[in-house]
Amino acid sequence: MEKKVFARTKGLTETPMRYCPGCGHGVIHRLVGETLEELDIRERTIGIAPVGCSVFADEYFNCDMIQPAHGRGPAVATGMKRVRPDCIIFSYQGDGDLASIGMAETIHSAARGENITIIFVNNAIYGMTGGQMAPTTLPGMRSTTSPFGRDPKVAGNPIRVCELLSSLKGPVYLERVAVNTPGNVVKAKKAIKKAFQVQVDGLGFSLVEIISQCPTDWAMTPLQSIGRVKDEMIPYYPLGVFKSLEEKK
Amino acid sequence: MGEKKLMKGNEALAEGAVRAGCRFFSGYPITPQNEVPEYMSWRMPEVGGTFIQAESEVAAINMLYGASACGTRVMTSSSGPGISLKQEGISYTASAQLPIFYANVVRGGPGLGNIAPSQGDYFQATRGGGHGDYRVFVMAPNSVSEMGNFPRICYEVAEKYRMVTMILADGLLGQMMEPIEFDFEPIDPSKLPPKDYALGIQEGRSRRVVRSYDLKPGFMEKHTWKLMEIYNQVEEKETRYETIMAEDADLLVVAYGTCSRISRAALALGRKENLKIGLLRPITVWPFPSKILHDLASRIKKILVVEMSTGQMIEDVKLAIEGSAQVFFHGRPSGGIPTEFEVLDVIKKIYGK
Amino acid sequence: MYQGVIMSGFGGQGIISTGVLLAYSGMVDGKHVTFFPAYGAEMRGGTANCSVVVSTDEVASPVVSTPDSIIVMNEPSLLKFEPTLKPQGLLLINSSLVSSKPKRNDINIITIDANKIAEEIGTVKCANMVMLGALINRTKAVSLESVVKTLSKVYPRAKKEMLEINENALKRGGTF
Repeated sequence: MEKKVFARTKGLTETPMRYCPGCGHGVIHRLVGETLEELDIRERTIGIAPVGCSVFADEYFNCDMIQPAHGRGPAVATGMKRVRPDCIIFSYQGDGDLASIGMAETIHSAARGENITIIFVNNAIYGMTGGQMAPTTLPGMRSTTSPFGRDPKVAGNPIRVCELLSSLKGPVYLERVAVNTPGNVVKAKKAIKKAFQVQVDGLGFSLVEIISQCPTDWAMTPLQSIGRVKDEMIPYYPLGVFKSLEEKK
Repeated sequence: MGEKKLMKGNEALAEGAVRAGCRFFSGYPITPQNEVPEYMSWRMPEVGGTFIQAESEVAAINMLYGASACGTRVMTSSSGPGISLKQEGISYTASAQLPIFYANVVRGGPGLGNIAPSQGDYFQATRGGGHGDYRVFVMAPNSVSEMGNFPRICYEVAEKYRMVTMILADGLLGQMMEPIEFDFEPIDPSKLPPKDYALGIQEGRSRRVVRSYDLKPGFMEKHTWKLMEIYNQVEEKETRYETIMAEDADLLVVAYGTCSRISRAALALGRKENLKIGLLRPITVWPFPSKILHDLASRIKKILVVEMSTGQMIEDVKLAIEGSAQVFFHGRPSGGIPTEFEVLDVIKKIYGK
Repeated sequence: MYQGVIMSGFGGQGIISTGVLLAYSGMVDGKHVTFFPAYGAEMRGGTANCSVVVSTDEVASPVVSTPDSIIVMNEPSLLKFEPTLKPQGLLLINSSLVSSKPKRNDINIITIDANKIAEEIGTVKCANMVMLGALINRTKAVSLESVVKTLSKVYPRAKKEMLEINENALKRGGTF
């Protein structure tokens, strides 16, 4: 007797993903896809693909998708949610998209308490353009525009997005997770599901920051890259809940 | 269609959009168009629509991108500096073929410039404005009545051809008051046919994607040619203009918007002195009424272009007539408003009087 | 009939609403009208002026460069607009606020102690109505009845007493 132990989620299309080996996007896509299926919201969800490596997310998520300008996801999400409050809107964004060029849109959609969900993938680098310094690149970390390592005296210090947003009244759920170990992947799934549930329940703005790895632009093997997540990224970006419903009550 | 009302141009613009079925507005304050968001801030909730004061013009136009992708009639408005910021979103919208409508109540520029009326944003409006190969359908009203009645035409063109449309006004048209009577009954947007591209509930249909890019080799070129074919159709079918006393004219004034009003006054003065002046007023500045101008220029050998700029539309005039007439120019940039007497003086000089 | 009017004074004197009132009344009378305010960056205390055209024909230019009549409510306005007035045009000066004398002798000048009259009627706030009353009496651009009828439209929040005061001020201005 055959027993099915693993299957493709209906939340993703059958288009093969073209992310690099070891990249976190594939896992994170799957977690979001599973969530759409499990919460039974896939057919009323509109996803927003960012500009960056995951611009191709519009081919991968099995729901209506839109691709806006770099960093403008939260503004587009705002426009969509206001005219289609019956739909579930999520914006999938990278660190350059969300925390650099789109910081104003991020902060103001959070401050307005828009009932949307943001999946924020922080891998501390601009992937698609070839490994330039991101607003979340760690001090000392090399990139193609910080070839000697990020010097905080010149380039400032990385931005901790969850901490920054937690000072606002608007967001109801903020959590930082990682996908470097099976245990963390399970926790990441829980957080993503909770973030979507918050929106389904009409409670307001939710954001999950996912610390991810970019072996290609970090010039590392996949294994080395998840080591860096544990040894360097998580110490600077502590995992945990920064704002929750319980706290709001 | 309702009683005659005395309205400010900006308010007529906002009310015209609402009557034409607009149910989503986002914008950011900038003089001289503030009456538009102010009006929308109470009018939108009244008709069950959405008003958002956005954090920036960039955010405002991208909110439109989202709301329009869901099939809603949307609007934003601004003035020069704010329109510059919106260009990113406008270009994306053009590529994604979303039918949005916006207005530029032009002020003096470049830079922060001033808040006085100007026509200095003609290039920006008629050349697309943002990056890439696209066009925007641009209407240039010259009265409060047209400020209120043109939004309906813009929405119809926007949805028929799935393109960006706009109203190019100026501070004078935005701030002045005139009687207005709407020439159409209010449109209930819920009664409009559903849009086959609109994102939303997917039950019973395949998923839809709205995107402004195509990285597959050759595909973007094909897409851009497809857009161009649409623009060619718009040029053929949607060009609008008005001529006044052009039949027997031996000098043709070409002016749009506020300048067309002033030129009409100059024409009336000149005709009293037996000067055979005619007027061509482009109502759409893109598409530009090149054909009629070309025809007129084969007979009328002297053309005077009057603009509240250092000379922008004059380029379209020269392109249209292909050297078949002599072109003169009178311009007042960045807040200068010509008077009818001033224009008449220029006309007399051309006649050698 | 064509009447191009400029009204000018300090912000807060009711210049803009007086202009709107004139334009609105013209519309009620079935005339073609335009109103254009000079809009400045200052919210208070700056110079306020507006142009109004009332005409039996369609209004070509909404810009009044050579007015047929002018209402002047402060010193700077006299300096600025007196030279633009058409020959034989009408210059109405609120002499309570303007002490300088006009320089031209090819125009019709009426000086009105409008603030004093307004105070007699009830409040200095209706000085603008005294001036407007004089203007419509002299130019016949619009009918007094239309202006009175329009008052409550332009000042929707005004109390009945204030509307009456304004009406009295218009009528008193009409004696000039």
